[in-house]
Amino acid sequence: MNKPDGNKWKVIVVENLVKKFGSFVANDHLNFEVGGGEIFGFLGANGAGKTTAMRILCGLSKPTSGNVKVAGFDVYTQTEKIKAHIGYMSQRFSLYEDLTVSENFQFYGGIYGLNRMQIKEKLENMLSRLQLEAMRKRLIRTLPPGIRQKVAFSVAIMHEPEIAFLDEPTGGVDPITRRQFWEMIYETAARGITVFVTTHYMDEAEYCDRISIMVDGRIEALDTPAELKKQHDVSSINDVFLKLARKPARNIQL
Amino acid sequence: MKRFVIKEFLHIFRDIRTMVILFGMPVVQVLLFGFAITTDIKDAWISVVDPSHDQVTLAIQDKLFASGYFREAEKSNSPEDIEEQFRYGKIKMVVVFESGFGKKLQRGEQPSVQLITDASDPNTARLLVNYAGGIINDYTTSLNPNTPALPLVLPESRMLYNPSLKSVFMFVPGIITILLMLVSAMMTSISIAREKETGTMEVLLVSPLKPYQIIIGKVLPYVLLSFINAVIILIMSYFVFNVPMQGNLILLLVETILFIILALSLGIFISTVSNNQQTAMMLSMFALMLPTILLSGFIFPIENMPEVLQWLSVLMPPRWFIVIIKSIMLKGTGLFYFWQETLILIGMTGIFIGASIMKFKVRLA
Amino acid sequence: MNNTEVYGQQLTKSYGEHQALNGLYFEINRGEIFGFIGPDGAGKTSLFRILTTLLLPDSGVANVAGLDVVKQYRQLRLILGYMPQKFSLYTDLTVRENLDFFAGIFKVKVKENLYLVDQIYGQLQPFESRRAGDLSGGMKQKLALSCALIHKPRVLILDEPTTGVDAVSRQEFWEMLLLLKKEGITILVSTPYMDEARLCDRIALMQHGIIMATGSPVEIISGFSKNLFRLKPDNTLTALHQLRQMSGIHRAEMFGAYIHLSTSSEIKTPAAVAQKLQSGNIHYTMLEAIEPGIEDCFIELMQQTSEP
Repeated sequence: MNKPDGNKWKVIVVENLVKKFGSFVANDHLNFEVGGGEIFGFLGANGAGKTTAMRILCGLSKPTSGNVKVAGFDVYTQTEKIKAHIGYMSQRFSLYEDLTVSENFQFYGGIYGLNRMQIKEKLENMLSRLQLEAMRKRLIRTLPPGIRQKVAFSVAIMHEPEIAFLDEPTGGVDPITRRQFWEMIYETAARGITVFVTTHYMDEAEYCDRISIMVDGRIEALDTPAELKKQHDVSSINDVFLKLARKPARNIQL
Repeated sequence: MKRFVIKEFLHIFRDIRTMVILFGMPVVQVLLFGFAITTDIKDAWISVVDPSHDQVTLAIQDKLFASGYFREAEKSNSPEDIEEQFRYGKIKMVVVFESGFGKKLQRGEQPSVQLITDASDPNTARLLVNYAGGIINDYTTSLNPNTPALPLVLPESRMLYNPSLKSVFMFVPGIITILLMLVSAMMTSISIAREKETGTMEVLLVSPLKPYQIIIGKVLPYVLLSFINAVIILIMSYFVFNVPMQGNLILLLVETILFIILALSLGIFISTVSNNQQTAMMLSMFALMLPTILLSGFIFPIENMPEVLQWLSVLMPPRWFIVIIKSIMLKGTGLFYFWQETLILIGMTGIFIGASIMKFKVRLA
Repeated sequence: MNNTEVYGQQLTKSYGEHQALNGLYFEINRGEIFGFIGPDGAGKTSLFRILTTLLLPDSGVANVAGLDVVKQYRQLRLILGYMPQKFSLYTDLTVRENLDFFAGIFKVKVKENLYLVDQIYGQLQPFESRRAGDLSGGMKQKLALSCALIHKPRVLILDEPTTGVDAVSRQEFWEMLLLLKKEGITILVSTPYMDEARLCDRIALMQHGIIMATGSPVEIISGFSKNLFRLKPDNTLTALHQLRQMSGIHRAEMFGAYIHLSTSSEIKTPAAVAQKLQSGNIHYTMLEAIEPGIEDCFIELMQQTSEP
C-alpha cells in the first residue's frame, strides 16, 4: 500500500501494555505502533485479549502497567481527549434503529460538537457519495444490512477523528457491498485517518496494511499480510492464524 | 416434564436477583408497611379532660407536655367535643383523669386514667398509649417511692372508630395479594419471555414438547414458591404484627392457591403477548401492579371511588381475593359468605388459562 | 432411486411488504452437507424456520424426511436437530444440566446417545459442572451442537453456526460436521461466509429470497463464464477507478491486496490484459489468469440477477 507519506507519525504507541484481572493476565506485555493513515488489522481467537486491549485504546479502561498513547494522548490521564479524537463502529450496535439516517447524523454530530452547517454538509456528502439521497428519511432498521454498515461507518468518521476503531465491520454483508465498504475504508485511510479493525474473518485481514495476531494475551505475529504468509509458507492469513492460534489453547479461555 | 421442572428450579435458585425478589421482598414489604406507616411520635396533639384539677393531675400534664411527645390542643369538655376533634383529625389522643385523682392517690387507692386514641391509625395509637402511660406511671411511682413495683395508675385505652378492626389490618390482606400477584404473574411472564429473547424457546418449540407441557413446566415451580411466600407473609404478620387469624387456616390456604393459579395464568397470558423480558416486565407493572394497588380497595376504599372506577375494579382479580382473605382472617367467616367471590376467581382463572392456550403458538409467527 | 431427504418447491414468505422468500426450489440428498450461502437478509433464517416447522410458508411445499413441514409437524419435530442462530443454551445451567435437559425433553437417556457426540462433548467433559455462560464462544458452540444432537436426529439444521466464532473454532466445528456426516445424518447449514462453501457437498447461493445457483462447489465454479485475472496494483483505489472506466473490462473488485478482473471475451490472455493496463498507465507488480472462487461466482450471479 502506498500512502501519502503515511507512516511517519505514530497515532498509536503501545509499550509493555499489561492488563490483569485478578490473577488472569488478559494482555501480557503488548508492544506495537500504528502509523497515521494505516489500516491495522487486530486479530485473535475468542478470549485472546483483543477486546480488552481495544477497550484500553478507546479510553474505556486503564492498563495495569505500561505506556499507551493514542492520538498523542495518555490513556491513564487523558481519556476524554482520546474519546474526542477517535471514532468507533461495531457490527452490533452503532446507529439508532428507530431514528432516520439524517436524525442519526444530527445526533452523533451533536455529540462530537459539530454545528448544524457542518452536520448538513457531512450528511449531503455521504448521501451523494453512497447514492442514498432517497434514503435520508428512512428509518435505519428498514435499510439493508450493507447500507446500514456504510452509514454507520460514515457516522463514525463524521468528526474527522485521527483513528477509526472498527469492530467486525462487515460481518454478514454481501460480497459486493463488502467491497464497497472496504473501498470506503481505503479512501478514509488515504485521507490520513488511521483505521484499526478487529475481525474473526481472515479474508478481511488480507485488506489490511499490517496485521497483528494475538494468542493467549500476547502478540504472536505482527507484519504485512504478504510477509506473514511468506514467513509461514502458506497461501492465506487463515492458515497463518490456524498455525499460530491452534497450538496452545490455554484452558483458561474455556 | 420432570426435567423441565428441575430446570426451572435451577434457573430460580441460580439467579440471586430472582431469589431476592422472591423471598426478600415479602419480608421487606411486610416490614415496610408495618413499620413505615407508623410515623415517629413528636408533638402529637392531645387533649386533656381533667375534672379533678388537682396538684397531681396538673403535674402529670406538665410532665406530658414537657416530654416533647405531646402538645396540648383545645380543652375539650364533653364527649361530643372529643368525638368532633377526632373526626377532624385535630387530636390523636385524649387523656381523661378520674375526678378526685390526686386524693385517691394520696389515700393509697388506685385512681384511673383513660387514654382514648384514634384506632384508624393503629400503630400510632399504640405508640401514643405506650409513651403517655410510661410518663404517667413514672410520675406516680416517684410520688410513692415505697411501692415502686405497683402500677398505681392503670391507663385504659379505648379504640375509637373501627372498634371491629375492620381496616386496621387491612394492609396484610393487601400485601399478600400484591406480592402473590407480583411474584406469580411477573416472574412467570418474565421467565417465558426470557426464553423467547435468548432463543431457547425456538428449540423448545422444535422439540416434541406440547404447549401445555411447556406451560405447566414453567408454572409448577412458581405455584410452589408463591405458596411458600404466602405462608411466610402470614406467619410474619401473625407474629410480628399480631394480625388475628380468626377463620379456618386450611380454607385460607386453599383460596390462596386458587389466587396463585389465577395470577400465574395471567402471567402466562402476558408472556404470550410480549416478546422480550422488558415488555413482560412493563406489562406486569402497569397492567397488574398499579391497578392492583389502586383499584383493588387495598389503599383507596372502593366505596369512595368514582362510579367508572368502581366498575373497573370489578375486573380486578385482587379485589375479590382481598374480600375473601379479609373475611377469613379478620372476621373468621366461612365459605358460605364468599362463595360468590370464589366463583368469580375460578371463572377468571378459566378465562386466562383458556386464552393463554389459545394464544400460545406452536410456531414462531 | 429416490435419495431426496429435504425438498422445497415454490416456497414464499413475506413479512408485510418485505418479501423474505421469493419462490425457492431445492432438493437435498440424504447424508450430505448442504450449505445455504448468502448475506444477512438473503432469507436463510426464514427458510430454516419453515423447515423446522417454526414458520408457515405463505405458499409452496416443503418436506423433510418425507414429512410435510405444515401438516406433519409433530412427527417431524421428533427427528429434527436444530441450532438457531443465537446459541440456544441456558447460560445459568451447567454444561451437563443443559445436556440432561435437552435429552429429557426428547425423552432419551444421555448415555444412549453420548457416543454420537463423543468427539464434540469429549472436549467439554472436564468442564461439565461449569455454567454454560462461562464458556468461550467456541465451547458454547460445541455444547449447543451436542444438545441439538443428543436425541440422534435424522436431519440436523444449523443456522449460521459459525457467525461470531473465531477461525480456530470454526475450523474445529467443520471437522465435527464431517464426522457427523459419517453417521449418516443429513446436515443443512447456513453461512454468510463464502469460504465455507468448499467444505459442503453441495451449496445454494442465496440473495434477496431467491436461490441464484445450486450445485457442488465445483459445478458452481464451472458455471463462471468470464475470463478472470488477478493483479496486484501499486495503488488499489486509483487502479480500481481507472479499470472500471475501461472498455472490455467487465468487473474489477478488490480481493485483499489484489484486484480480480473479469473481462469480456476478446481479452483472453494476461498479455492482452497487460496491454490494457499499459494503455491506462496502471502500475502493477503481478498479473496472472486465475480460476474463480465461490466469491467471484457469487458476485457475478448477484450482478446477473440484479440486471433485468
